Amino acid sequence: MTEAVAPRAEIAAPARGDLEVRLKRAAEAIVVPLVALLAATALFSVFLLLLGKSPADFFALVAQGAFASWFSLQNTLQRAAPLLLTALCCAIPARLGLVVIGGEGALALGGLAAAAAGIAMTGAGGTTAQLVMVGASLVVGGAWIGLVGALRHWRGINETISSLILSYIAIALMNHFVEGPLKDPASLNKPSTAAIPDVAAIGTIPGTDVHWGLVIGVGLCVVLWVLMSRTTFGFAARIVGGNLRAAQLQGLPVGRLILIASAIGGACAGLAGMIEVAAVHGRANASLVVGYGYTGILVAFLARHNPLAVIPVAILFGGIVASGGLIQRRMGLPDATILVLEGIVFVAILVSDTLYGRWRIFQPRATAP
Amino acid sequence: MTPSRTFGLEALRITKRFGDFVALDDVSLKVAPGTVHALLGENGAGKSTLVKCIMGYYRPDDGQLLVGSREATIAGPRDAHALGLGMVYQHFTLVPSMTVAENLVMARADVPRVVDWRTELKSLERFIGSMPFGVPLQARVHQLSAGERQKCELLKQLYLERHFLILDEPTSVLTPDEADEMLGLLRSMAQRGDLTVLLITHKFREVSRYADDVTVLRKGQLAGAGKVAKVSREDLAAMMVGSRTLPETAARVGTVGSEIVLSLRDLTADDARGGHGLAISDLLVRSHEIVGVAGIAGNGQRELVEVLAGQQARTGGTVLVEGEPYDGDRGTARRLGVRCLPEEPLRNASVRTMSVAENLAFRRFDRTPGDRPAFWLHRAEMARRAQTLIARYNIKTASKDAPLGTLSGGNVQRAVLARELSEDARLLVVANPCFGLDFQATAEIRSQIVEARNRGTAVLLISDDLDEILEIADRIVVISEGRIVHETPVEQADRQAIGAHMVGHH
Repeated sequence: MTEAVAPRAEIAAPARGDLEVRLKRAAEAIVVPLVALLAATALFSVFLLLLGKSPADFFALVAQGAFASWFSLQNTLQRAAPLLLTALCCAIPARLGLVVIGGEGALALGGLAAAAAGIAMTGAGGTTAQLVMVGASLVVGGAWIGLVGALRHWRGINETISSLILSYIAIALMNHFVEGPLKDPASLNKPSTAAIPDVAAIGTIPGTDVHWGLVIGVGLCVVLWVLMSRTTFGFAARIVGGNLRAAQLQGLPVGRLILIASAIGGACAGLAGMIEVAAVHGRANASLVVGYGYTGILVAFLARHNPLAVIPVAILFGGIVASGGLIQRRMGLPDATILVLEGIVFVAILVSDTLYGRWRIFQPRATAP
Repeated sequence: MTPSRTFGLEALRITKRFGDFVALDDVSLKVAPGTVHALLGENGAGKSTLVKCIMGYYRPDDGQLLVGSREATIAGPRDAHALGLGMVYQHFTLVPSMTVAENLVMARADVPRVVDWRTELKSLERFIGSMPFGVPLQARVHQLSAGERQKCELLKQLYLERHFLILDEPTSVLTPDEADEMLGLLRSMAQRGDLTVLLITHKFREVSRYADDVTVLRKGQLAGAGKVAKVSREDLAAMMVGSRTLPETAARVGTVGSEIVLSLRDLTADDARGGHGLAISDLLVRSHEIVGVAGIAGNGQRELVEVLAGQQARTGGTVLVEGEPYDGDRGTARRLGVRCLPEEPLRNASVRTMSVAENLAFRRFDRTPGDRPAFWLHRAEMARRAQTLIARYNIKTASKDAPLGTLSGGNVQRAVLARELSEDARLLVVANPCFGLDFQATAEIRSQIVEARNRGTAVLLISDDLDEILEIADRIVVISEGRIVHETPVEQADRQAIGAHMVGHH
């Protein structure tokens, strides 16, 4: 060893410095999205003022419609359940640097597969039927988004475009089956599949009107957070997402990682479809395609693709979606007003991505060259 | 040509702060008209800050500029250009797919809506005729050699009527011969009064042969200035580094081993950027040996590193490590002890948003302490190892949990080297490891590589810097157009012969 590389005691950072740096990084990850939310709120207020409506009334109604009463809170949580899962469909591949926006299609196909499996299992026990339905939705949803990952890695096709287009194909496929081969002849006004057997339906959490889908969604968020931040798989995935060339240099199986992460994401969205069928609609039909997949993208981005952060953000947006009816009735604003708000939030979040590393208070103190 | 075409420049007591950091502290510079003035200093000494103040990219906090002995306010590069100041950058600013003529005309501020190419070409030919050197006007830029491109950059500045030129390390991409030719041209033009040159460099040889005056910066302050003829090389070095002693690179100890560690045979690979690709018929690296691959950038070095790093697939041939086929996959790399330190480690070898500790763990994270496949991350082990490596390799960081992107270039390089050398490697592939680093970091990193070699590692060193190869390699091979065209033990290495093989004249 030369003198130049001899150990130097003062270089080893003290534990206090580690904690400081960690706290600063965590604070930055929370403050930046909050600033984006505030900016979006301000912009949206301007929009409302231009329409001659009161922003104060609007946000008061959102709070009332989403969280003020036990009834509205349950309504909110009910809508948060699928958002948790569709957000994971975007968030998990995003850890590997993939922007997948095809959750809506995977949800539709997952719901269709679950309904078909449920009908096929008529006569079987409730738990068996439910497990088969879950399995069918996981496989179909996973394969659908897994295909997006495979196209990306082995054929170099942009995953954002392919997932969007595959999403349209998936919705068309579901409509085809619902209006064709799987159509229940009794469903005249709204073409649907036959109903799944009653025993296969997912019930509500005792003492509430909220179905078990919420618990499944929260549970999956926790499990996938552990997977992405505490296991070697998650670590390897973050290397791929952070710098593909570094991952190649480390000899990591990039294709396999991308395929697995995409399939996990798709399976989550497929499961969201199964839960919608088994807990809400009782059958597959066009009611599955109401935008949960797209709102899930927004939730994932606002949560910075952190599965744990998805939980509060999904509940927030569940509330915004849930309050839509109230706003429509009380303020005379169209349904699409909520979409305008979501759009503004999304743009604000994308812009806020450029703020990371800009604010000095969150940065580690400068070091010598 | 009248001798009055060019003019001098004076920077008086310039101070530039970035927050609390003082990048330039009361620095003055005087460039006499018709001279070549060298600006010397280590990385981070303030050379580029000073030049950016002159060119208007930065606003100095204090001090003034005199252009041709008149006070000048330069609010932006436009003002600088209007005054006749031009800058030639390290990287080229020509459009590769366009011809030289198109590039020259396009650079003008007053390009007409409809270009009358016939008249333009005639006036361009007249202009080139009046210059001491020419370039093929109708050739597309990507067909030109690096030396010709550098000449085009110069011609562009002269064509735009800029007679005070700032050149930022202009010879870093040239062969020794090309560098001599270009600097000679600049000097003769300056002596005729056509040009004044401010030359940013770190090569003493260029200063003593081609510059009239020299200004040395150190840590943002003026360390010295004077006539080149009156200062010795030792004085210049002392001014650059101050009173501290220059760190020395560790010496190679022991003879080259007999065991062949890396064997490349008929290796071919494509160049996605349309260059020559790679066609190496035979290259061996033994244990206890550093093989230096010299060549001009863009002659297959990048493809060679990428193939060995697993970042690009080869199109043919074999890569054997200790006799086994090697494809860059993780299991084989671990078993055979293959490590790689590519150039620009922030772009090629690390994740800037992940912490220093995490980046240091890239080779080990998927193994348990008992070296079995791991499912759970061992974060405590990761932290402990990071502390050890940070101390042992002298990595300066606020914390092991700071994102790697917040570290300086030298410290990123140290971190990646620490990771790649932390367990004894059998084969180490290194590309331009000291690019952009200061003396201290350069000596440290070269020492680490030499010490790995002394411990028995086979090292393949790919470098654009011939001096670096001459300093630490046991054996030198020259790569040109993707082929190995010359091979020599370092003891018999002849700079001129190597230069000739680099450009394919042999």
